[in-house]
Amino acid sequence: MDEIFDDIERWRQLGQRVAIARVVDIEGSGPRDPGAAMAVNSGGEVAGSVSGGCVEGAVVGEALELLEGRRSAGITSFGYSDDEAFAVGLTCGGTIHLFIEELDW
Amino acid sequence: MTSIYERFRDLIRSETPVVLATLIEGPNIGAKLLVEESGARMGSLGSEQLDRVIGRDAIAMLDAGTSEVRHYGPDGEARQHGLSVFIESHARRPHMVIFGAVDFTRALAGQGKLLGFRVTVCDAREVFATRRRFPMADEVVVDWPDRLLERIGDDLGPRDAVCVLTHDTKFDVPAIVGALSTRVGYLGAMGSRQTHEKRIARLVEEGVTVEELDRVRSPIGLDIGGRTPEETAVSIVAEIIAMRTGRDAPSLSEGQGSIH
Repeated sequence: MDEIFDDIERWRQLGQRVAIARVVDIEGSGPRDPGAAMAVNSGGEVAGSVSGGCVEGAVVGEALELLEGRRSAGITSFGYSDDEAFAVGLTCGGTIHLFIEELDW
Repeated sequence: MTSIYERFRDLIRSETPVVLATLIEGPNIGAKLLVEESGARMGSLGSEQLDRVIGRDAIAMLDAGTSEVRHYGPDGEARQHGLSVFIESHARRPHMVIFGAVDFTRALAGQGKLLGFRVTVCDAREVFATRRRFPMADEVVVDWPDRLLERIGDDLGPRDAVCVLTHDTKFDVPAIVGALSTRVGYLGAMGSRQTHEKRIARLVEEGVTVEELDRVRSPIGLDIGGRTPEETAVSIVAEIIAMRTGRDAPSLSEGQGSIH
């Protein structure tokens, strides 16, 4: 998480709200280990990453929904699926489970 | 008052080991418990019993350097599935101790840093063991290997590495004997197959047992045909990774063929 603290500090000083998504579990192959984190502010700016760039776009969407009160904190999973050729997933074929919450603790 | 986040951030920034436990399934989603190496706790996941159990598990995971989701009953009972807790440990960086301030050392110290090790270079010869020659190392120590290991040996564990690059039995033997008395996970020694044979003989004279010799990767590194200091460094760190992950990569110490 180390690398995202500077951005988080800056955002908080500007009075922006911040959501954090952390990798908590991986099935099969995944590019980042549990603990990898990304932060998203209410303006949609991003720090850090939770995959090799495969799911970050979708995570920003989830984070903004959380900050706008349209979803609650919890686990969101991304995996590869043949049926959903255009759905968000990992090209490496694994599944990652993220915990998304607001940084209000 | 300091928040859990602020405390967590400050500990990570000062490279102090810490564990952050987050309740991710169950009542109280998002509840936090911060656990420090001393066992000190901040926050709560819901009940004192639960916090005590997680505090204990967190310390064990910090020692192993792992992060994962664990499942508990409402008061921390094992083998129940009411609660899921993500336990994220931030362990101290693993330590790589390199004996011998030679050309290979510079390349290995650089590779060690790339992989996130705290790197110490040690050599008894002060003209070689200088900061100027090893600016990438976290510390450069002028001392005999056995004396350094006497000081830091108790802190070495399964995630750490000792690499002996001196290929001079005067330095190698005390370094290897000293490292064998620690819990260090990886212990490797550089040298040709001929140097290796002589070194084994000297180690046996010093009373090192056959089982202990099994712990020593000598000649050091994976069998990738590396020749330059940089290539050799890659073969050494690759061997360290393969040992940690338990993969069956071909080590030079298990073959008989030429090194280069």
